[in-house]
Amino acid sequence: MKRDRTPLFIALVFLFVISFGFLLPQWAMFIVTIAIARGLVALGLMLLLRAGLVSFGQALYYCLGAYAAGALGRFFGLSDIYVQMLAGGALAAGFAFVLGFLLARYRGIFFGLLSLALSMILYGLLVKNEALGSTDGFNILPSALFGTRPEAGWVRYAVMASAAVVALLAALLVHRYLNTPLGRLAPAIKDNEIRVEYMGASARRAVHVKYVIAAALAGIGGALAATTVGHIDPEMAYWTTSGEFIFIAILAGTRNVLAPFAGALLYGVIHTTAYDLSPNTWQMSLGISLLLLIVFLPEGLWSLFSRLRWR
Amino acid sequence: MKIVNVTHGSFYALGAYAGASLTGAWLARGYPPALSYAVLLVAALGITLVFAPLIERGILRFMYAKDEAVILLITYALFLVLEDVIKLIWGVNPYFIAEPYALLGSFQVAGMAYPTYNLILIALAVIFGGGLAWLLNSTRVGKLLRAVIHDPEVSRAMGVNVGRYYLVTFTIGSLLAALAGSFTAPTVSVVPGLGVEIIVLSFAVVVIGGLGSLPGAALGAVIVGVVRSFSVHYLPAVELFVIYFVMAAVLAVRPRGLFSLEEPRKI
Repeated sequence: MKRDRTPLFIALVFLFVISFGFLLPQWAMFIVTIAIARGLVALGLMLLLRAGLVSFGQALYYCLGAYAAGALGRFFGLSDIYVQMLAGGALAAGFAFVLGFLLARYRGIFFGLLSLALSMILYGLLVKNEALGSTDGFNILPSALFGTRPEAGWVRYAVMASAAVVALLAALLVHRYLNTPLGRLAPAIKDNEIRVEYMGASARRAVHVKYVIAAALAGIGGALAATTVGHIDPEMAYWTTSGEFIFIAILAGTRNVLAPFAGALLYGVIHTTAYDLSPNTWQMSLGISLLLLIVFLPEGLWSLFSRLRWR
Repeated sequence: MKIVNVTHGSFYALGAYAGASLTGAWLARGYPPALSYAVLLVAALGITLVFAPLIERGILRFMYAKDEAVILLITYALFLVLEDVIKLIWGVNPYFIAEPYALLGSFQVAGMAYPTYNLILIALAVIFGGGLAWLLNSTRVGKLLRAVIHDPEVSRAMGVNVGRYYLVTFTIGSLLAALAGSFTAPTVSVVPGLGVEIIVLSFAVVVIGGLGSLPGAALGAVIVGVVRSFSVHYLPAVELFVIYFVMAAVLAVRPRGLFSLEEPRKI
């Protein structure tokens, strides 16, 4: 049997980001950090996609994570990056565990629309909540690292490096999970759920577990995005945000745990370039690239790599 | 057609823009405002006949074999494109055409003023809803249409021109969205982002009613409308999300909507 080289590859990529990242200009660090944040969310979506589920409401957990990070600073004065991510992930996972009992029963379009409804409920609640800044949201405290506040020039790098560490761990864990029996159930559920049940496995439980993992990842991503941008608002829970994540997940494909991060980076680049070239039609550029991807690369960006490798 | 179509929101917005600008031009030339209703109708028809066949023939027809969720993404991509097309054509400034709305005045119900224009909207909804039900249930075309949706392959084997039925269905569906848009245009200010709001609401309506069910959609619309009005009146704090709450509640009890059909299970 061929040895699995993916973990080594994952480690190399993120260690590279950590060790040489400080050479990047500030704006590029920002793009990379946001890409990692979105990549984490997309990684969770990938788990669900492998089981044939499209969640149109991942923004719910993204936003929860961001507000958890924001609330820590606002009410307790805490702004340590790792504490923020931990809180974001934990809050999202807790919510997902409860909502999962409802959602794990649904498949296909109903799963997507129900998750969309849930994220819109959060949006509605946040917009009406004056204590949390209503539609304007609020600024969050400057990021700190282990109780110290890095110098102004190094904040971006500190955040990016921490993001890379977390992403490294998340990617390794998810990769490990994909090879467990529970993880391997996903394509089977997509293929034929009744057969899965006949084999004695519980599709519902498998979906529930995936949903909670995906939510935790989205929560961490949200907290990370919040501390990077320095500002949060209810738009983070709006369904168009979920649309972005799905875009990234589709762009990336479901073959490899690194794919969502590569997809998120490419998305960031497309988004930034399109916005730069024609600020009024960036949505159109995004839409057209999404269409082209679905038509020409239905397996996602990663299929390019694997195709090349087999030759 | 087993398509969850996000582009529908764009057709609503397109209809609204076409209705607003065409009626605006009509009134600016000094033509009789009484005929502006016909202009709204023509605007919706025109804009649909331009865009719907283009999208169906040009893109969607190659996609029917794909997964429902993938089709949803494709229409989402188209929606993003159309959103900018609208901005390119009409700009980002709001359009107002209050004349068709103001012209009819209002009447009194139990001491409350009520605009007559809304009666026209209700009448239109009943006419088109009834017409659609009649078309689908009682005519040869409608029956063939349902057969095509149920099983395109067998229909093709029976000699039905499946492609043409898909085209017609998509166009009629889009036309209804555009009509809704163009006739709502006089009551609101037409601004970018119109499509985003309506599409999520319409999803809520059809999901509450059950996907693919006409009476379900009608009931869903009534539920959504009434619930929303009540919440605006009594509990404005929850207005933004009460619809989604209802949707989640309905799905929790009836996982496939109120008027859902039994799905055959594949073993």
